[in-house]
Order: sequence, then structure tokens, then C-alpha cells
Amino acid sequence: MSIIERYKPAFLDSSAQGPKGSRHTLNYKKIWQMVIFLTAAVTLVPLITITMLDYNVTQKSIESEISLRTRRTVSNTKRTIVSFFSARRSALDFIVHDNDISVLSNTNRLEEILNDLEISFGGFVDLGVINDKGVQIAYSGAYNLGGKDYSDQAWFNRVVDMGVYKSEVFLGFRNKPHLVIAVKCEFGESGFYVLRATLDTDQFNDIFATLELNGEGDAFLINHEGVIQTPSRYQGDVFSTVSILVPPYSDYTQVQEYRQEDKEQFIVGYAYIPDTNFILMIVKQKAALMKSWYATRSNLIGFLLLSITLILGVIVLGTTYLVNQMFFSDRKRAMVMHRIEYDNKLSTVGRLAAGVAHEINNPLAIINEKAGLIKDLFVYREKYSGDDKLMGLVESVLSSVTRCGTITKRLLNFARHMDESFQTVDIKTVIKEALGFLVKEAEYRSIEIVVTVPEEFPEVECDRGKLQQVLLNIVNNAFSAIGSEGRLTIEVQTKNEQFWILTLADTGCGIPEKDIEMIFEPFYTSKLDQGGTGLGLSITYQLIEEAGGFIKVESEVGRGTSFIITMPFKPKKRKEANTCESF
Amino acid sequence: MRVLLVDDEVEYVATLAERLSFRGVEARWASNAKEALAYINQEPFDVAVLDVKMPKMGGIELKRRIEEIAPGMRFIYLTGHGSEDDYKKGITDGISYLIKPVDIDQLMKVINQAAAGRIG
Repeated sequence: MSIIERYKPAFLDSSAQGPKGSRHTLNYKKIWQMVIFLTAAVTLVPLITITMLDYNVTQKSIESEISLRTRRTVSNTKRTIVSFFSARRSALDFIVHDNDISVLSNTNRLEEILNDLEISFGGFVDLGVINDKGVQIAYSGAYNLGGKDYSDQAWFNRVVDMGVYKSEVFLGFRNKPHLVIAVKCEFGESGFYVLRATLDTDQFNDIFATLELNGEGDAFLINHEGVIQTPSRYQGDVFSTVSILVPPYSDYTQVQEYRQEDKEQFIVGYAYIPDTNFILMIVKQKAALMKSWYATRSNLIGFLLLSITLILGVIVLGTTYLVNQMFFSDRKRAMVMHRIEYDNKLSTVGRLAAGVAHEINNPLAIINEKAGLIKDLFVYREKYSGDDKLMGLVESVLSSVTRCGTITKRLLNFARHMDESFQTVDIKTVIKEALGFLVKEAEYRSIEIVVTVPEEFPEVECDRGKLQQVLLNIVNNAFSAIGSEGRLTIEVQTKNEQFWILTLADTGCGIPEKDIEMIFEPFYTSKLDQGGTGLGLSITYQLIEEAGGFIKVESEVGRGTSFIITMPFKPKKRKEANTCESF
Repeated sequence: MRVLLVDDEVEYVATLAERLSFRGVEARWASNAKEALAYINQEPFDVAVLDVKMPKMGGIELKRRIEEIAPGMRFIYLTGHGSEDDYKKGITDGISYLIKPVDIDQLMKVINQAAAGRIG
């Protein structure tokens, strides 16, 4: 039997449905399916719905939080950068307002100021004064730029127009990155000069270096063309182009998702630094940010799947168990009903038969005595004793009466013992009495019956009526199986101190292997078309069990069948007929 | 040997009585308890053979009545019924119990035994 066969519940078996006019009142398979479906739906649908809702909400919440945090960091950093520039611009403004152009044009003074700037701010590399023609009239610093002409340079025009200029990062003195701030100072009428300072980017870069970023965050500046201005962890060296697309202009901090082809997803927070060519970029790896969410998500999904499995498991197993119980219970009920029906029928028929027998006995007794009297007259009176023919006739009548008497006695005997319970019996007698009913039929069908009971076989305490019912049942079946021309062997032997064995073997058509397991099942019959109810052997089984015995069958198609019944010599004290201890 | 036969089936009991008389038994028969008791009061008997199931008064009750009048009487029960209760009752009384139709020789044997006091 495959595993499925072994565990398949009985009610799913189609043969359990029974023939038309099924004894089962319910369609178990349907009930089973319905219950499972409904229970599963009502438990799983809310579970899954809520899980999904929770999932969505949590995910959105986490994404929102990430976005918010990034946005805040970007905003704060933007403010820091703006402050940085603002402070240094203010310093320059102070210088130009504090010092006249004539003072500033003095290189020594310029040098002093540069030193002071260096002490107070740090990072100032040089300082230069440029006149309204674009010529550097004073310079202090690392380079040698005195007298340089900036008139045609874009930055100069810009500072002239806007009053202030902040450059991009460029490769300056000693090939290190620098940037420039310049402010315009007007004096008199339409007169102006420009104060220009070069800064190294150390302090500038520190703004980014000191940021604490999660998600492998990378904070840096790019210019509007995407050239990296400050050191980046992952995006490339300073002055290389960032691989991320330059984000569109916005007055405010923005946070976006960005996906590189086939590569990871990034969260990019950016802000355009006003009055500069800079864009602040803070790039975080989505995977790193979402790591805890992914873990939670896995747990959530894992929990969901586990729950679903458990729930389905419990539902299916529970429902299967329950429906199975219903099925067996229903079957048992049907069995009990039929057993009651059988017992009632038997009882009624028994009483009927007894009634008939009794009624027949009276005229039978009269015939017996009258014929007997005739015989007596022949014997005791000379007149008739010589007439052999008449004597013969009388004898014939008498022997027929005796035969009738045997039949009625047998019937009455059987009826009498039906209501009894346990008594001590001689097995041989019981068997003979039971067979008595069937001797004629056996002759008619040419079936030889052989009974073997050991000489000194002890008396048995059992329910005589039940034993006879069992015998009649099995012998009848044997006759059906044989049809005509065959042999039935009934053998009695001792098994051990407690049990004896009754074997009934016929030379009938046999039982196919697939049916053997089923023959004791209630309602199982091969005689459906003859009106067989399939109850004979099932009831036989019950009767034997109630008597404390056990029955098993061996059969071979075409050769015959043997029923082996093991019975106790003495019945146990039993309350419930269902206990039958096998050996 | 004087035997009283009591059975409600007249044909049966009359013929039985006649057959017994062929065998040296002086047999009287009655078809109901009243007749039977009348006989008991008038004549002595050794054995009474009583049918168990009779209308109005059955064999077992009749036995009691007879015993009141004739205490030393021996009894044999006859029945066509074969019912369990009758059987048990008969057995416990220690009385022989025969099922109709009886074999006349068997009946004779049991009557002799009863009269001899071995049973009943």
C-alpha cells in the first residue's frame, strides 16, 4: 500500500459511499471539502489581508523615515555649507569695509590681514585686490599673481554683476583642490574693487567628513555638470564625473530614489547650494538602509508562511479526524440498527417457527398415538397380526411421524435457545443440531459434510444460540460458494488451555484477495442482485466477538474458503462486547 | 399400576390411555383439571401424567392441587411446547419431562421409574 493509501481516511474511499440507497445519510467528501474550505478561508483571508496591510504600512513607514532622515541631514549640511560661505564672505566684507582701498592695496597690509584670517578662520591661502579694470593691484599669498589681468574672466564679470562670487573647486597651488571667494566693494561713484581670497578645501571637506551617515552614506558636492568637488567614498575621485544623473533644480531639499542599470538602488538626497555652482549630494545605498526592514520582512513573511502551514495543517487534520469520526459513528449506528433489525427478525421468525411447531405437534401427537394404537391392535389382537401389508403401512405412518417429530423438536430446540445466554454445551451436539436444518439441502446439492470432533473434547461454556447462528450463517455461505458437488469440512480442536478452534472449510469458489479484507465489513456483499444485504458475515463477526472469540478467513479463488474461529472455553466477564483480546 | 392422564387434547389422551392399557396399565384420562381432580378424589393412582400447557389450569398448578389431596403421588410432565420456562420448572421439581409426540415405550419406562420412586 502506498503512503497515501495508508493514510487516506476511510470516508474518502469511494466504495464507502455504498450502493444506491446508501446507508450513509451524508456525503462525507463534500462536507470535508466544504468545512476545510470555509475554515481555511475564514482564518487565512483576514490573516493574509492584515499581514499585507501591515507589510505595506511598515514598508511605507520605513521608507518615509529613511527619506525624512536623509532630508534632514541634507538640509542641515546645506545650512552648514551656506554658513561656511556666509562666514567667509562676511569676513571679506568686513575687511573691505574696515580697510580703505588704499590700505588694502598695500601688500604688507594685505599680508597682515591674510595672517589674521589664517589665525581666525584658517584655510586662507591667498588674498588679492583687483581694480575695476580687472587687474590685480595687490596680492599676498602662495602664488605669484601680482598684476594679473582678470578682466576677461567669467568670474570677474560675475563678481562685478552680482557683488559676490564663489567658485567651484579647482586644482590650485601644489595641485591641491582650492576654491575662491570674491567680493566687490564699491566706493565713490561707480568706482569699485574686488577682494579675492583663495581657500584650501580642508575645512570645507571636513564638513562632509564629520557627518555621521547611515546606509553607507556618501556626502559630497558636485557642480551643475556633475563633476565631483569634494572627496566621495564611492562615487569617484574629485574632478571625476559622478555616475549618478545630475538631479534637476529645486529650491528645496529633495530626496529621490535612483537605480543604476542592473546595480543597486540608491537614495539620493540633494540640495542646490544657493549662489554657488554646487549641488550637495548625499547618496545612500538602499540595500544597506533597508537591511533591517528586509530582515523584518523576511521574518514577517516567514511567520506568515509558517502560520498558514500550521493553520492549514490543523484545519485539514482536524477536519479529517472529525469527519472520519462522523463517518465511523454513522456506520456504527447503521450497523447497530441493522443488528437490532436482524435480532428482531430472528426473534420474530423464531417465535413464529416455535408457534408453528407447537401447533403441529398436537395433531402430530394424535397421529402418533392413533397409528400406535393400530399397531398395538395388530400386536395384541390375533385378528390383524397376520396382515403384513397393513402392518407395513402402519409402520410407515409411524416412521413418518417420527421424522416430523424430529423436525419440530429441532425447531423448538433452536427457538428455545435463542434467548439464553451462556451455558455448558457439547460442541458435537450443537454442530449436529445446526446441521440438522441443512442436511436435506446438502443432499439435494450433493455436498458432502464431514464433521470432526476429538473424542474427549471438553464441554464448552458459550452462548449456544449465538454459536448456532454463526454455524448456520457460515455453512449457508459455504453452500452458496459451492453451488453443488463439493465438500464442507467442520473441524474442532483445542488450541491451548483457554481456547479452542472451529474450522469450517469448503471447496467453493473462493474469495478474491482484494475482497478478503472487506468481507466482515458491514454492507459488503457479493450477492447484491440476489438481495444480499452484506450483513451476514458482519453480524457473524459481531456474534463471535461478543462471545469472546475471533474469526479469520483464508481463501483461494477456485479452491475454497476456510473460516477459522477461535473461541474461549470459558467466557470472560465482559461488560462491553467490543473488547476482544487477540492472541 | 394405576395412571391418570391429563391432557386437553381429547383424541390424544384417550388413545394414549388405550395404548397404555394394552401394556398392563390401568389408565384413566381427563381433559381438564376439574375432571382430573374429580378422579383423584374418587380413585387411587400411582402416577399422574400431566400436560403442562392446558387452558384454565396448567399441569404445574394441577400438580400442586393433586398433591394436596394425594400427597404420595408421582408425576410426569408432558409438553408439545418445548418452552424453556416449562422445562426449567419441570427440572427443578425433579420431575421427568417428556416432549410430544412421545415414544410409548419411553413413556412406559418413565412411568415405571416414577412409580418405583426413583424419580418424582
